[in-house]
Amino acid sequence: MLKNILSRILIVVVLFAACGGQSSREDAEKELVEDVHTDSIPPLPGAIRLRVATTTSLYDTGLWGYLEPMFEEEYGVELDVLYAGTGKALEWGRRGDVDVITVHSRAREEQFVEEGYGLERVPFAYNYFLVVGSPDDPAHLEGMAPEDAFRTLMQNGEGLFVSRGDDSGTHGKEKAIWTAAGYDYEDVRTSGDWYIEGGSGMGPTLVMADEMGAYTLTDMGTFIAYQGDLELEPLVDKGDMLLNVYSVIEITSARNPEMAANLREFLTSETVQELIGNYGVGEYGIQLFTPCAGEDMQDI
Amino acid sequence: MTQLLEAFQIALNMIISGDPVVFSIAFRTLMISLTATLVSAFIFIPVACLIHFNQFRGKKFLVSIIQTLFSVPTVLVGMLVFLFISRAGPLGNLGMLFTPGAIVLGEVLLIAPIITGLTISALSGMGREIPDTALSLGAGQLQMVLKVLSESRYMVLTAVLMGFGRAVSEIGVAIIVGGNISGYTRTLTTAIALGVGQGEIAASIALGIILLSLAMIVSLTVSTLQHSVKR
Repeated sequence: MLKNILSRILIVVVLFAACGGQSSREDAEKELVEDVHTDSIPPLPGAIRLRVATTTSLYDTGLWGYLEPMFEEEYGVELDVLYAGTGKALEWGRRGDVDVITVHSRAREEQFVEEGYGLERVPFAYNYFLVVGSPDDPAHLEGMAPEDAFRTLMQNGEGLFVSRGDDSGTHGKEKAIWTAAGYDYEDVRTSGDWYIEGGSGMGPTLVMADEMGAYTLTDMGTFIAYQGDLELEPLVDKGDMLLNVYSVIEITSARNPEMAANLREFLTSETVQELIGNYGVGEYGIQLFTPCAGEDMQDI
Repeated sequence: MTQLLEAFQIALNMIISGDPVVFSIAFRTLMISLTATLVSAFIFIPVACLIHFNQFRGKKFLVSIIQTLFSVPTVLVGMLVFLFISRAGPLGNLGMLFTPGAIVLGEVLLIAPIITGLTISALSGMGREIPDTALSLGAGQLQMVLKVLSESRYMVLTAVLMGFGRAVSEIGVAIIVGGNISGYTRTLTTAIALGVGQGEIAASIALGIILLSLAMIVSLTVSTLQHSVKR
């Protein structure tokens, strides 16, 4: 009897939730149209939505906020931009919850495509990673190669290091540097209080490192965008290991494959490539991203 | 400290001048939490009546489970709803993930224990007198239940308001199944979390003030209601 009631209740809950979801979706849509009006872009009747999951660095730098309205206007679609570390973005892709991803972790991207979850890995921009730290540089890392800098941190025990610790592309790069420096990452991770696993996006991690006077590994774009509010300075910026390539991958099970292809074409088009190259130059006086669509990416 | 005061000043200006981004987020949050609260009340007040007016084995145990779930972690609800409505999950074909509807669904479930449990308490507080009198005067079961509900309406409304308070201030569900999409699923709490990480302190404070005001309205209403019960 009770079981019967409970199962009925469950059905009702799901039904109501579905209806409730629908109505509030309409509300949100109405509201969106209003938002769009204020930005003087014509409303999009019966617009379909496209979902892109992006690595936090392309979000925290404001690049997606800059490109989003252009894409929406050109293709008459609402673009939902979700930010997450590369690991989570890939997981959303595997589950079919997003249509396109923009990420930066070559080995995992190639595996992702090989396993049939993505169509093709298409690099569209790059910059470099940096090791940044407080200006007094307690472990004297300035000017070192990344592997040497990491070795020094591990051996000296002087100076804190904040790791993303979130399975992101930057975290993946950090692990690769530890490996290149001759350490097992698990040993590093558990070696002491100097190694801090932040578990946040790139922006919050920089803020955390700044507060703690710690070192951290960051992509150049996010660092430049945050630099004004931080005391952190770039200390290690030389070495092939530090190359950071962003790729766009269409998800095989995308709900909207044509539009997903449009986004790939948009990002690699000549016009947008130029916009990416110029993004932030006016504000920060330095290039955040170097466009690279269509270039021979053998080494990248 | 001066930095904080300056940010506070800018935040107040944003609210007074009606900053469109801040207010669209506040409005969206209100719509989502209100929808969730109404749906949850619509379903779980009747459920509470069913539980209260029926005698069955394990009733006490069920009620104590419900009370335990008052403080169910929001991220846990978020994770469970995510697994159900992700395209790879059992309800994946509804396409609800990363929509406002997904947040509504999660919040309905999140506050269900509060609404159910507090409604049961409200009904229990009425004692046996009203139902017995109603029944002896020839009322049917349904009439009797409605009578008790209407006698305890202030306490039931308090239950609903408590549910709203939890829905409007939670972040676990909104960030996991909503995804904090700008202009679509961004709520007050997820916007604050993002804003603090990006160093947008003034906007975050403005959103925080609005959130706090909403919470204050709820708590003032609750205390007014409880006051009128005593009188």
